[in-house]
Amino acid sequence: MSKTLVGAEMDIRLLTAPFDPARELAAFADAHPASGGIASFLGQVRAGEGVEALELQHYEPLTLPAMHELGATVGQRWALDGLLILHRSGVMASAEPIVLVAAAARHRRDALAAVDYAMDHLKSESWFWKREKRAGEWHWIEPRGQDYADLARWWPSGGNPSGQSGA
Amino acid sequence: MTRLVFLGRLADVAGAGEIPVAAGPLGVVLAGLPVGLAAALMEPRVRLALNGALVGDPAGLVLAQGDELAFLPPVSGG
Repeated sequence: MSKTLVGAEMDIRLLTAPFDPARELAAFADAHPASGGIASFLGQVRAGEGVEALELQHYEPLTLPAMHELGATVGQRWALDGLLILHRSGVMASAEPIVLVAAAARHRRDALAAVDYAMDHLKSESWFWKREKRAGEWHWIEPRGQDYADLARWWPSGGNPSGQSGA
Repeated sequence: MTRLVFLGRLADVAGAGEIPVAAGPLGVVLAGLPVGLAAALMEPRVRLALNGALVGDPAGLVLAQGDELAFLPPVSGG
């Protein structure tokens, strides 16, 4: 965790073991008592549809540095007191938490938009490779067109300003 | 010696997450791999990272001793 004089306090972690989102969110709220609004998003492994397990693979030299870059971008774009990004890697079972993003701000609009933006970028641009286990066999998941469409909502007018894309 | 690292489905194609190869020009390194693997690695959507930094143009890339070259298929997102 780092804190600068201006900008949000960042807590950005890549986790290889299960985490407790409720406890993390409570700790985040405790750390930001002056924030009037805290927005959060929790992503978990979808149960059913024949999926027995999900695995996310990361590449150490790229994945966490890119998460920090995303955090810095979000912190510059909205007036936040704090930003939390937790992302799992490794094998996960149904209903296990994958990602938790939370933003603390004076006002809710900043917090809500910051979480939305961070999730759209995590879903489409972050350095994770995903596979699902169905009927005992692993299958790699290809990028979803919808994730890119979600991302494009944030572009000013065509073109990808970040230059980084999984496509 | 230098290392080739394979992410996602490329590790399945390679049969390993990484393999050691002799240093040298990338073209020579790829020519020494099984044809199916080399073809998968050269797909246009596969990006490269040399020692943790994305490679803009892999043409002319020469691997030195101790280098780690990662092959990154399209990410499937978090």
